[in-house]
Amino acid sequence: MIARILATAASEFRIAFRNRWVAIASSLMVLFALVLAAAGAAPTGDIGADRLSVTVASLTSLAVYLVPLLALLMSFDAIAGEVERGTLPLLLTYPVSRLQILLGKLLAHLAILALAVALGYGAAGAAAFWTDPASVAGLPALWRLVWSSVLLGATFLGAGYALSSLARRPSGAAGLAIGLWLGVVVLYDLGLLALIVADDGGRFTTDFLPAALLANPADAFRLFNLSAAEAGAASGGVGGAAASVPLWQSAGSILSWPLAAMALAWAAFRKVTP
Amino acid sequence: MTSTLQISHLTKRFGGVEALADVSLSLAPGMRVALLGHNGAGKSTLMKIVLGLIPFDGGKVTVCGAAPGSAAARAQVAYLPENVAFHPALTGAEQIRHYLALRGQDPAGAGDLLARVGLGQAAGRRIGTYSKGMRQRVGLAQTLIGKPRLLVLDEPTSGLDPVSRRDFYALLDGLAAEGVAILLSSHVLTEVEARNDLILILSGGRLVAEGSLTDLRQQAALPVALRVTPAGDEAAALAEALPEARAGRDGILHLTCRQDQKLPLLSRIAGLGARVADLDLVPPSLEDIYSHFSRRDGQ
Repeated sequence: MIARILATAASEFRIAFRNRWVAIASSLMVLFALVLAAAGAAPTGDIGADRLSVTVASLTSLAVYLVPLLALLMSFDAIAGEVERGTLPLLLTYPVSRLQILLGKLLAHLAILALAVALGYGAAGAAAFWTDPASVAGLPALWRLVWSSVLLGATFLGAGYALSSLARRPSGAAGLAIGLWLGVVVLYDLGLLALIVADDGGRFTTDFLPAALLANPADAFRLFNLSAAEAGAASGGVGGAAASVPLWQSAGSILSWPLAAMALAWAAFRKVTP
Repeated sequence: MTSTLQISHLTKRFGGVEALADVSLSLAPGMRVALLGHNGAGKSTLMKIVLGLIPFDGGKVTVCGAAPGSAAARAQVAYLPENVAFHPALTGAEQIRHYLALRGQDPAGAGDLLARVGLGQAAGRRIGTYSKGMRQRVGLAQTLIGKPRLLVLDEPTSGLDPVSRRDFYALLDGLAAEGVAILLSSHVLTEVEARNDLILILSGGRLVAEGSLTDLRQQAALPVALRVTPAGDEAAALAEALPEARAGRDGILHLTCRQDQKLPLLSRIAGLGARVADLDLVPPSLEDIYSHFSRRDGQ
């Protein structure tokens, strides 16, 4: 069981490496993280936080967009690509289950994402330490950001596999993946903001908004990191509006979304007839 | 001995179209069976059902004593798809190492396997740079992993040159001798002729003929053709003696007769003595037999 998952992961990692995904993901994360670290070097003394905590707040906003995008870009081809190349029928005659195939791919893609995230955040963290030695206070927040980013990535990798199985064609899967990214990461928040404005502090804002934020893995990720770091004030926006959501709830959401996404991917992959 | 593959009354429909109808088949260990048929006759569908890749609508299929596609069946069956494909970014050796690991075998055996199919030199190159014939050999190499009891080969020799084909069939001879049952499909009829214990002809999803080549010849009962060359200026006399013959432009007389009339006709011609310069007997070719059976179903 484990050997087959590892063998699949090793092959997938090799393929992703040769397709430059390791280089692309890592350089994107490092580039954006350094830009944020430089931009965040503006005066922050009045917040009373160390430089690293402020950087983490900025990195959270970056990760919400970039991690799902990278995850979807790596995963949309996973099943549809095998169908299009004609490699799936042979693979499915091997004594390896569809779940093992998915877990192998997940392991490889997650390793690449974790590497990219660690390099990017590491670079931003190093920059923060360089300018402010008190940054050591922000290390727990940085670590929390790293592992919650990996979980966020796992959620969107699973979603990408599900869309890849449903679309059966790489071009269709790419369209669905971009649609999902726009919907979940961009439009969802815009919609919520519009509702908050229209509601003007009524029942929607107090009762419905926290649940709506928890239901979206990207928003739950943002809530978790901002409320854990108590840096909500530094970021404002939706994060500030829902500071009332307890930490365990957002943690529960970011922990259960990867499982739900992989369950969806498995269900969709099982329906693929080669 | 129990059969490696047992199919009885198999039926498969795609929408309203019957892809396979009442197909029965049994493969004992060491037996080689060739499936013949047009494109769309149901060969690949039959193979995919045996492999458990697609479900079927009626009948019973048992692969190595288990349900098709079950873990037990997959562990004992190897498959070579038509136009086999691999990820172009992997090298031949990496791809085979991956397949070895999936079958629970030592990945270090990849080099030997590739050498067995004549790809030892190219093992370290990416599959994206391989020719079709080389990809086909990688496909063959992966069917040799472990000790499969059943090989399912869809057009295995397409893209191979004649020498590689011969090597490939020699490889199959060895496997069959070890008790591996082999189900293969082919378009190259002459290749199938000598190499298989049983020939199955599928047409429109139905099994229209089954048996050894000799059996099929007898069942088809196709006429035998004879060509009689008259000696010198005996053409007119010979035509008179063989009134059923049709004269060609070159003066050669063409006759056909049923199998059971072959010997009486031959002795008649032999009785014409010096009037006959030469005689050629043309038995029905495998192509003739194949068209006879696959057309019988109204195609």
